[in-house]
Amino acid sequence: MSSTSARAGGATYRELGLTDDEYELIVEGLGREPVDVELAMLSLMWSEHCAYKHSKKLLRRLPTEGPHVLVGPGENAGAVDVGDNIAIAFKVESHNHPSAVEPFQGAATGVGGILRDIFAVGARPIAVLDSLRFGEPRSSQRSRYLLEHAVAGIGHYGNSIGVPTIGGEIYFESSYEQNCLINAMAVGMAPHERLTSSGTAAVGNAVILFGALTGRDGIGGASVLASAELTEADDAKRPTVQIGDPFAEKKLMECSLELLDRQLLASLQDLGAAGLTSSASEMASKSEVGLDIDVAKVPLREADMEPFEVMVSESQERMLCAVEPRLVDQVLEVCERWEVNASVIGEVTDTHSFRILRDGELVGELPVPLLVDDCPLYDLEPEPPTTPLYVGGEQQVATDADALTTLRALLASANISSRRSVFEQYDPVVQSRTVRRPEEADAAVLALPVLHGRCGPDEQIPAIAVSIDGNGRRVAVDPRAGAAEVVYECAANLACVGAEPLGVTNCLNFGNPEKPHVAWQLSEAIDGLAQACRDLDVPVVGGNVSLYNESPDGPILPTPVIGMVGRLPDARRCGQIGFSNPGDRIALVGNFNPSRDGSEIAKLHGSAPAGALPHKDLSAIRAAHERVREGVRNRQFHSAHDIAEGGILVAIAECCIAGGLGAIIQLPDGIDLFGEDLGTAFIVSGPTEGLEGLTVIGVVGSRELVLGDTFNVAVSELAQIHAGGLSALLG
Amino acid sequence: MKFGVIRFPGTCDDVDAQLAAARVGEAELLWHRDRDLKDVDAVIVPGGFSYGDYLRTGAIARFAPIMESVIEFAHSGGLVLGICNGFQILCECGLLPGALLVNDHLKFVFRQVQLEVVDRDTPFTRNCPPKLSIPVKHTTGRYYSPEPVQVTLRYAPGQNPNGSQDDIAGVVNNAGNVFGLMPHPEHAVDALTGSTDGLTIFESIRAAVGERVRVA
Amino acid sequence: MRARVLIRPKSGILDPQGQAVERALPALGFGGVSKVHVGRLVELDVEDASQLPAMCERLLANPLIEDYEIIENA
Repeated sequence: MSSTSARAGGATYRELGLTDDEYELIVEGLGREPVDVELAMLSLMWSEHCAYKHSKKLLRRLPTEGPHVLVGPGENAGAVDVGDNIAIAFKVESHNHPSAVEPFQGAATGVGGILRDIFAVGARPIAVLDSLRFGEPRSSQRSRYLLEHAVAGIGHYGNSIGVPTIGGEIYFESSYEQNCLINAMAVGMAPHERLTSSGTAAVGNAVILFGALTGRDGIGGASVLASAELTEADDAKRPTVQIGDPFAEKKLMECSLELLDRQLLASLQDLGAAGLTSSASEMASKSEVGLDIDVAKVPLREADMEPFEVMVSESQERMLCAVEPRLVDQVLEVCERWEVNASVIGEVTDTHSFRILRDGELVGELPVPLLVDDCPLYDLEPEPPTTPLYVGGEQQVATDADALTTLRALLASANISSRRSVFEQYDPVVQSRTVRRPEEADAAVLALPVLHGRCGPDEQIPAIAVSIDGNGRRVAVDPRAGAAEVVYECAANLACVGAEPLGVTNCLNFGNPEKPHVAWQLSEAIDGLAQACRDLDVPVVGGNVSLYNESPDGPILPTPVIGMVGRLPDARRCGQIGFSNPGDRIALVGNFNPSRDGSEIAKLHGSAPAGALPHKDLSAIRAAHERVREGVRNRQFHSAHDIAEGGILVAIAECCIAGGLGAIIQLPDGIDLFGEDLGTAFIVSGPTEGLEGLTVIGVVGSRELVLGDTFNVAVSELAQIHAGGLSALLG
Repeated sequence: MKFGVIRFPGTCDDVDAQLAAARVGEAELLWHRDRDLKDVDAVIVPGGFSYGDYLRTGAIARFAPIMESVIEFAHSGGLVLGICNGFQILCECGLLPGALLVNDHLKFVFRQVQLEVVDRDTPFTRNCPPKLSIPVKHTTGRYYSPEPVQVTLRYAPGQNPNGSQDDIAGVVNNAGNVFGLMPHPEHAVDALTGSTDGLTIFESIRAAVGERVRVA
Repeated sequence: MRARVLIRPKSGILDPQGQAVERALPALGFGGVSKVHVGRLVELDVEDASQLPAMCERLLANPLIEDYEIIENA
């Protein structure tokens, strides 16, 4: 062991984020005090971000099994079977804190990271979706700045690497002012036999690091461990911001997929948070082996990096693999052809030890279980809040405003107006699979087979549908019911394009879980998610948790974000939002039970999120989703759109705007025009014969939206308001 | 007939171009480090971010070994189609006049645009209808040329997505055998994923090759 | 020898990046700013400085749309 010993005194481990009790457990587990490199590695592996200390026990409540699940939680990404020997891998992850510091690179590297998770399991990335939340654009220049640069960063990375960005959502609430949310989701495709685990490394395998050079990116907090000679001037050498390079990742992706196609790898893992430390220790833990890593063999971008720096660097675009010794030359040759650096940096051993060497000399040694499994998991102490956590905002619409005025205000509002100015910064068509582009339908749709154009008219073209949906405001009203509602809404979006849900990935964005009221929000939300997933038979195959999103004003709105993947048998029978045929009847599907608490109109009236969410009738929801799915698939419905934020009149207006057609509407007496009940009801249109048993509420035609005797308004005017709403707020 | 689609590190729409071309003929990918054009009848330089757009879009790709063969092929009359990044590369190597500059609004833009075919007397547009609906997707698409050029495609009035001079969307060289355009015809070949107007450009090339006597 | 090459857009060509910067500065409280242009910097060690103009002409700059300035012994 080198003579470098741990810094004397408890100050160092506390600066690295470990509690006194945790440090004691470490010393107990090691039988001695840890040296620098060991302490750095443990502090990261035992951080909330890597160890899920406060959430792991709760996450065990989520249902994770189902007949279509190929890979469940625990791998780099989950995967479901969609038929024809095709696996769809997908996952959502947050990059909230880095994006608040540097939104362009934070969002870009968020996309880069989630893409690596997808090809790490052997799937070729075929789509990106993103869920973004910021403070109010009208009043916050900072939020406008974050939005602009985060969008540019996502576009930069996704467009450059040739993966289409096919969907997403953006929400604005003052609660996110200090803590923006950047959740990135990726979807990938693989033949079943190429799906790869990180748990198949074998004793004697060579460990190869390939991809970009390793620098000091992201070392940040661990820099307290720097040797005493380095001065303040060297802070510039320790960038806390990770810089992404999509060109490097494209080469890395092609290289990785070729290595897998040629079956040259025993195991593959990507490097993300905590870099080589987490990647290597996860691989060792899952494979139940030990590892020797020599930091002197890691190709460096910066000279003279210390062992702890090499082990915790978060330089982007790097992968780790385990390779049988007889295949090493072939692996290096493939990397060379793709112009990707590759080095053998270590070996898989039969100990259960992670040994760190420098030029053959041992500088650190940790039991793998200590790094990965022995981090204590904490029980939360949930207590419902005793005082309101969130305040109302500026009133933007009079409570007695007439229906047309209110409709206009909602269509122009930050959360409902068109996102076109954002999604036009993304490429949705590269890879030639995209059947539904943003704003054409409630979910994105991608054809599964390569489209040669030689498919007969009676042949089916199987496709997948993907949606990402979250909510903060309604979950704040009632975390359990609100979280369940997010799942129902996401499934409703899939039903609108004729897809049946197959699996879910979730990102849970919450405040400080050590505070009882946040613990309560988290616990209730997870219970609500779990229940809704069981209700709809949709298992959770993977996900992410982001905690400690708090400011002096309190926690963010509790914000679960759900990504859902489904399948439709024929891409030619796929739904769209817009009305398409004058003369089509318009009908309501589902037991719509609207109320105002937690709604957008309540927000525009200045209300804080409070009260109660509408009761959900589960069998009615299942029946409604089924009816819409079937109606779209057999072309009874020419259009289908779920009633979401803004309520029924906004949904009808959106159908008119998307289709460029008017409608004459007669709604049931007493129905609340602007109340909300997400995930339960739909507006569909089609010939009368297909609408049996449904409440017909109008007919498609002409250029105006006519609501009974209440008002009529040109669709073109509504379209203009809807199109310009967000741009007007962003200035 | 056979199309050759060039692939550089960082090219994104190569497979898309290959798929589109395969609807009218055969199409194979040609690796940037090779010099062999494999007897193709027409070359496609596709869209994407070759070499990460480092330094300047297309600046590094133009020096790839395969491009020497493409230049030779063009000088002897071979048909060359440059799409988006391909257009940028053809300008950088002087096979087309002018240059592409950053969009006037400085952002990447994806949009389905209406185009006017102003010159149907080229091997690339002879089978095209007068108007085409094709998507654009680029950050650096503002065409600029201080000299007069042979314009083939213009953005319809009000449809210019990048501020290019005279609403220029595509140009040919004087000899008429090299064509560059910013819109992506390979993303307009299947009704399931968009319009089919882009297919008429590939069909034009096939018809032209079918009739041609190649200059030795 | 360490050299620096400054590459700037040719005058007369619309420079929206320069315009964007020129618009943004007053909003931050900086007045009296005009004629802003945004370009690129390439820094390199060279053994033969006489090759620099050719490097600029062939690769580092696009002479159709850019002017370049070579600074030797930077």
